[in-house]
Amino acid sequence: MSTIRGRLIMIGILALGSALSLLPRNVTLRIPNGAGGVKDTVERRVPISLGLDLQGGIHLALEVDESKGPVPDCADAIQRAERVVRTRIDQFGTTDPVVQIQGRCRLIVELAGEKDPARAKSIIARTAFLEFRITDMQNQFQAALPQIDGVLRRAGVKSRSAAPSAVSQLFGNDTSKAAKDSAAEANTPGALSSLLFQGQLPGEFLVPEEQWQVVDSLIQRPDVKQAIPRGIDLKWGAQVESRGATSYRPLYAVESRPIITGEELQKATARRDQQTNQSIVEFVLSRRGGRKFGEETARHIQHYMAIILDGRVQGQPRMMAIIKSQINQRGMIELGSKPLQEASDLALVLRAGALPAPLMIVEERAIGASLGEDSINDGIRAGIVGVALVILIMVGYYRLSGALAVAALTLYCLFTLAGLAAFGFTLTLPGLAGFVLSIGIAVDANVLIFERIREELVHGKSLRLAVEDGFKHAMNAIVDSNVSTALTAFILYLVGTGPVQGFAITLIIGIAASMVSAIFVVKTLFLIWLQRRPTMTTLSV
Amino acid sequence: MIRFFANANYDFIKWRRWAYGLTAVIMLVGAFDLVIRGLNYSIEFTGGTLIQIEAKTALPMGQIRQSLDNVGLHGATIQTFGSDTSYVIRARTSAEADTTGGDTVAVAASVTRAFDATAGAGNYRFERTEVVRPKVGKELQGKAFLAIILSFFVTLIYLAARFEWRFGLAAVLATAHDVLATIAFISLMHIEVSLIVVGAVLTVVGYSLNDTIIIFDRVRENLHKYRRQNLYEILNLSINETLPRSVLTHGTTIATTLALLLLAGEVIRPFAWVMSFGIFTGTFSSIYIAAPILLLIEKRWPGEDARGARALGARAPTPATPTAPAAPRGAPAPPKVPAR
Repeated sequence: MSTIRGRLIMIGILALGSALSLLPRNVTLRIPNGAGGVKDTVERRVPISLGLDLQGGIHLALEVDESKGPVPDCADAIQRAERVVRTRIDQFGTTDPVVQIQGRCRLIVELAGEKDPARAKSIIARTAFLEFRITDMQNQFQAALPQIDGVLRRAGVKSRSAAPSAVSQLFGNDTSKAAKDSAAEANTPGALSSLLFQGQLPGEFLVPEEQWQVVDSLIQRPDVKQAIPRGIDLKWGAQVESRGATSYRPLYAVESRPIITGEELQKATARRDQQTNQSIVEFVLSRRGGRKFGEETARHIQHYMAIILDGRVQGQPRMMAIIKSQINQRGMIELGSKPLQEASDLALVLRAGALPAPLMIVEERAIGASLGEDSINDGIRAGIVGVALVILIMVGYYRLSGALAVAALTLYCLFTLAGLAAFGFTLTLPGLAGFVLSIGIAVDANVLIFERIREELVHGKSLRLAVEDGFKHAMNAIVDSNVSTALTAFILYLVGTGPVQGFAITLIIGIAASMVSAIFVVKTLFLIWLQRRPTMTTLSV
Repeated sequence: MIRFFANANYDFIKWRRWAYGLTAVIMLVGAFDLVIRGLNYSIEFTGGTLIQIEAKTALPMGQIRQSLDNVGLHGATIQTFGSDTSYVIRARTSAEADTTGGDTVAVAASVTRAFDATAGAGNYRFERTEVVRPKVGKELQGKAFLAIILSFFVTLIYLAARFEWRFGLAAVLATAHDVLATIAFISLMHIEVSLIVVGAVLTVVGYSLNDTIIIFDRVRENLHKYRRQNLYEILNLSINETLPRSVLTHGTTIATTLALLLLAGEVIRPFAWVMSFGIFTGTFSSIYIAAPILLLIEKRWPGEDARGARALGARAPTPATPTAPAAPRGAPAPPKVPAR
């Protein structure tokens, strides 16, 4: 009794855990609204990420283009390119963009849902632009904020507190809410200023992450641009900063005129100073750049300098360089006690702008969303038919025992899908095929066990003993055969790419899940069955 | 209670010569086909551009081909894909064109022009674009080859550890047979060799091994259980005992594979074809290749209790052709009398 109870509890925990990991949850989708901006919508869905071949999107593999001359260190060039692409990734309306270095010299970019390969390629392959700008030291932007709020109020833009409905309201498709809000409008603070929190540096503001799209669309408005003081630009920070539970995206007011651009930068390296034990980034400018930089820095001593790559301010806010004295050709950015890693990152940013790596697309896959949808539907249809046939065969041949195996098969499906969700693996079209195939293979363990039980019964063993021995004797074959299949799947995972890896992963998870469901779950069901019917003399197997 | 092949007692091993012959024919025809036509590699391996287009109405193929020719895509192939409004255009990238780099974009632009001419702009859309440079394709070929070799090696080690090396070798040889037979099948059916198809071949490797292991596991067990029988008999006994399981499991896998073949769409179809054949050859080889090869290996290099040798040797209960363990290489003498 106690063993049955223990087993049931175990199965309950597994099933519950699996069900929990598959529970639909809120996922924020970022959808381009056509007008250049993006809009966040929250959708409830099952947390299994679909591969590009199922949801549509673009997969690009890039390498350094050496057709116009050899590139000495391709690994460094690819790291710089990765940095640049990461900075630009916001421009795509994708939920989970993937940017990763594969091997040494190849960069993989995956944009789910992106429809326009030409646009994606042009954004990614564009050369990087680096500039140094002084932040808004006189707080000119802050001084102009009330005026900007006024402009917005006159234009009919309502201020809103941190409600997520703000987004939809902004795009005018939530009129009922808008009507309700208008009553409270009179005594609410300014539309823009209410969303900005003062940062720690002059010209730095923090915007709650969920609101940055709203702020971005506000500051892009022509009337707001007019109201921003001349000579000041607004630039977003590249990194999101978290303070407690909320994340903030920094917004910087910087001078419109760069004091220097990446063209003048020749070299940037990170190191740790032996004497002061500080992380520092050293950079070398061209002679012309050094002269210009010398003049500018002499005028801006004790001012903060923002390093802007592709229009995004780089580095953690407090890492921003403060100019201590005039800098000529050779400069140094001190990062204090920050880890060397951060200095290396910054040096990478500088190099990315200084030595743009020309990229070449070596592999491109673009899949339309409707094709992906068709693939899912076909795959699911094949899966349902496949499962139905398996159920028919199992129940037809093994009767009640077959029905138990089928019951375990539902748990098998649950476990496999949960495994995909829990480890964040991506379901691809070959993966879906692998899943359907694995359903056919999953019952193999049960077939082995049932055949054994039949044999033991033929040998004249009692029911209980036949079941016990059937499971025991089938074990060797089950383990050996599953391990060898898992080994080939593992090699497939190691060597394969993208969709094929998805197939291998599904197969491996499927094997693990089938071991649990076919052996542990079915045995438990048998034990319960035997306990309920102590007088049973023939087994429906 | 339905029972297939309960108490089956077939002499499978007797038919091994026929099996060798059948398999040799398939492989020879496959090899011949392979040399004449070569494998139909997808652009993933050769490099090139694949564009799938969904048109609003069916277009005459001749006209599409004509306009592809007009825009300069002479080497491109065009096929319908699943339905008659869906087309796949494949253009291989030549090595010279690759060095200039602009080739791939040019192909997409040319296809656009060709379809604008045939269907009219707006009456079709690009469903799928795949562009692979030959360099990446070469890498993939190497990787696919490596994967198959590596999986052999790893299984050999695993089986050597779990059983003993004779069983491992027999299983790996049988699996190698399956890979060759599957390649012959791919060549004969002119299936496009894509990464997914390579995945299918590897799955066949796993599946076939799985099946061989089930039988070998029973052989191992029966060797302990029946001390008096020789290996020939034990192999036959084990295959017969596992026969119901084989029928059932292959039934369920064939059912799911057929579902994939018929219902899962055009992209998965090559995979499903290869898997269907793989299930067939995997089953065949476990019985007719792996088991007889084990017999040959045991005869050539007898194990500790020399029962493999006994199978064909003088000490067998039913005397077969007397052959010493050190028989002349490559000339195994089969038992004239079925051992059971």
